[in-house]
Amino acid sequence: MATTTATDTQALSKKQQIVEMNWDPITRIVGSLGIFTKIDFANRHVVECHSTSSIFRGYSIFMKGKDPRDAHFITSRICGICGDNHATCANYAQNMAFGVVPPALGEWIVNLGEAAEYMFDHNIFQDNLVGVDFCEQMVKETNPSVLAKAEKTSSPHSDLHGYKTIADIMRALNPFTGAFYREALQMSRMTREMFCLMEGRHVHPSTLYPGGVGTVPTVQLFTDYLVRLMKYVEFMKKVVPLHDDLFDFFYEALPGYEQVGQRRILLGCWGSFQNPDVCDYTYKNMNAWGNRMFVTPGVVVDGKLVTTDLVDINLNIRILLGSSYYDDWEDGETFVTKDPLGNPVDKRHPWNQTTTPKPQKRDFAGKYTWVMSPRWFHKGDYLALDTGGGPLARFWATALAGKVDIGYVKATGQSVKIYLPKTMSLPETEFEWKIPKWSNTIERDRARTYFQAYSAAAALHFVEKALGELHAGHTRTWSDFKVPEEAIGCGFHEAVRGVLSHHVVIREGKIANYHPYPPTPWNANPRDIYGTPGPYEDAVQNTPIFEENGPDNFKGIDIMRSVRSFDPCLPCGVHMYLGNGKVLEQRHSPMFGVLR
Amino acid sequence: MTAQAVPHGRATQKAPAVAEVHIIWITAGLGCDGDSVSITAAMQPSIEDVLLGAIPGLPKVILHNPVLAYETGEAFLDAFYKAEEGKLGPFVLVVEGSIPNEKIHSDKAGYWAAMGTDSATGQPIKTTEWIDRLAPKAVAAVAIGTCATYGGIHAMQGNPTGCMGLADYLGWDWRSKAGLPIVNVPGCPVQPDNFMETVLYLLYQVAGMAPMIPLDEQLRPTWLFGATVHEGCDRAGYYEQGDFAQVYGSPKCIVKLGCWGPVVNCNVPKRGWMAGIGGCPNVGGICIGCTMPGFPDKFMPFMDEPPGARVSTGSSSLYGRAIRSLRSITQSTLNKEPKWRHTRAELTTGYHGRS
Repeated sequence: MATTTATDTQALSKKQQIVEMNWDPITRIVGSLGIFTKIDFANRHVVECHSTSSIFRGYSIFMKGKDPRDAHFITSRICGICGDNHATCANYAQNMAFGVVPPALGEWIVNLGEAAEYMFDHNIFQDNLVGVDFCEQMVKETNPSVLAKAEKTSSPHSDLHGYKTIADIMRALNPFTGAFYREALQMSRMTREMFCLMEGRHVHPSTLYPGGVGTVPTVQLFTDYLVRLMKYVEFMKKVVPLHDDLFDFFYEALPGYEQVGQRRILLGCWGSFQNPDVCDYTYKNMNAWGNRMFVTPGVVVDGKLVTTDLVDINLNIRILLGSSYYDDWEDGETFVTKDPLGNPVDKRHPWNQTTTPKPQKRDFAGKYTWVMSPRWFHKGDYLALDTGGGPLARFWATALAGKVDIGYVKATGQSVKIYLPKTMSLPETEFEWKIPKWSNTIERDRARTYFQAYSAAAALHFVEKALGELHAGHTRTWSDFKVPEEAIGCGFHEAVRGVLSHHVVIREGKIANYHPYPPTPWNANPRDIYGTPGPYEDAVQNTPIFEENGPDNFKGIDIMRSVRSFDPCLPCGVHMYLGNGKVLEQRHSPMFGVLR
Repeated sequence: MTAQAVPHGRATQKAPAVAEVHIIWITAGLGCDGDSVSITAAMQPSIEDVLLGAIPGLPKVILHNPVLAYETGEAFLDAFYKAEEGKLGPFVLVVEGSIPNEKIHSDKAGYWAAMGTDSATGQPIKTTEWIDRLAPKAVAAVAIGTCATYGGIHAMQGNPTGCMGLADYLGWDWRSKAGLPIVNVPGCPVQPDNFMETVLYLLYQVAGMAPMIPLDEQLRPTWLFGATVHEGCDRAGYYEQGDFAQVYGSPKCIVKLGCWGPVVNCNVPKRGWMAGIGGCPNVGGICIGCTMPGFPDKFMPFMDEPPGARVSTGSSSLYGRAIRSLRSITQSTLNKEPKWRHTRAELTTGYHGRS
């Protein structure tokens, strides 16, 4: 079964005017992405979309034969904005393979570092990259009538964030000159300082190791972190209502905007923040400790939580080809036939993948990208799960699972409550993220803001736990280990923009196979061998066009917002290019052939 | 009358030799965009300090970087096309990511790295083609991060792309049309302020307000890379006392746990990562030599004690010329790239396709 939403045929009320519109490169993302579309300007919707990535580096190839202890140093370099997520995930896989459990304090330090990464990365992406798509300058160029309305619309929460009208919020988001844009940029630096306290350097950490961390745990370390954290907590008390005001306004100003970037609810989350009380890194206990993570792993299909079991999640990952520049590995070596629980492991699972690049001409009817097509096998279907840009899937899975309750954060079964204590100028505040009606552009963006608050609240818990260890005299942060001759390992984590897994096979003490699967291959992938399009393609393909410009000065803003809502990060795994507006075809719609 | 008068002190302000300088930034090498992200962390100066004219004497600076750009697609590439045609005005070319060897494909239409689409062919425009088009027109070319400077992690032994640094690609004796050599600012990623400070220097030089930028043999700014990690590390006192950490997490010298600090050119322990916070050995992270031409191969496996360290640590009471000359031998090896990073039409990294 294909996993696309049915095309909205009702909209075809006019003679079609199909124009090819391409954007390459897509900017304000990390990495190299092109989006190639066909747009029906008469009926104002996107008819077809292809997503392409134009860079190949070859990690799975050059890691073969290397020392398994080097894996986290190497794989951090996969991504220049969430490299530490890779390093952390690699450490998780190494810990499993080496049979080592870090001291609790080491684990809390990693959690504090990763929380700071979410606080930094979501903040800079939301307000310095995505925010520009909602800024005054952009809205003026794409939807002048919306800007006019924004000038007249009071912000419901202006008492909290200080911007009187929605247009004032938009002005504050103008790149470099906008006050909120600059405030966010500065905040992104303070959160990176927090990160560096725990993991040494941003974005490729220096103090992470298999077995724990090299960070020296002192009272000063945690004080320096906590003081900055509380400034961020105060900032979030303004930022969450600011974004709620802005996003709610788009629904109100542009009826139907919920269809922009909407796709079927197919969300994956691989879980984040280990709980050292239970996490022993054994594969056999993975379901048990996975369910105690402070963001719950899970797969959500059509709004239903179908699993929270990391073993189940692991075994059903499938890597498909179809439109990617690689040779198949069906006749290649099978590295892992059974997992440590005795379950069979598929040939298309990352443990058994062999990557063989085959550079060739780009052909949108054939092979057109360096990204492969990861799918999740469920009841006979290869589901094209997306990550909702990270936060949407994390919230959805965590909310439905109802497992997390650390006081500062509580999953209720249909929502997540986030508690922020009193800060210098603002009283205690509780936010509640509620499961939305749609998996769409606006909700991906809204969830991002709420997850910034979630990370801050979780970090308050982690600081308490870390100080508790320190006060009890437990100052060890690292456990020694030996690299086994033969072993397998897997790590599951949430990179900032979504699911992240690392799979390693060790033979003769060296890396025999290593396959990282970051979020962007899940989101930015092409049509697979069964013809199922990847999530960007699928989400853009059904998008109505609200931009007021015609083909001559079209900016594709609704498409840009949709793609950016996934928080693309293509070093991990996509380009848009504004074509010359060539008219491809004009034909009568079969249903309304007599019109015009 | 004084209210309208020109302030006396305005005489201190000099007009730059050029009114506007563009920065054309290519992130489409084999990289991770980590250097672009890194510079958003810079505070000395910050990116907005430079773009909003908060530093005296600078020309107006217009940045064309894909991670930060307002425009997208062809609108973004417009400045690149103008630069190629010589219609943009003076520009500094910044290259991020290592340069793949596109001469090794069996299918000639194949590519490893590209940005944008050629309107004539509908095919991607290779990163190497962009460099070929733009480098001859630039007043200066800067390689940011270790991938672009020397090849870095993606140029590791066994890599399939045959990638290399910018100077390997353009030639180590390459000069810009204004007579400047390539400027290398290595680091994986680049330390934020190290890069912004180098750009500031170059902008002053282009504005006619600073002499030729001082570079070492590896084309690094001498004031940033002249000292070793060890010389700037606050754990060097433990080294001096022969007091070495046995486990990660100890505040002592970590040279026996894999730190290459004594022979690596880098200022990070001294400067910190940002605002003086963070770093590498100073905060418990072994130095893996990420600023060096020999990175990563000559430093792997990272967590083993460096071969020279035992000799040096065992005789750490013997100060002076003897130690320095021993280290300078190691250092000069680490300051050379492995031999498989080249522009020849063959892949010599050790990768042979499917085995």
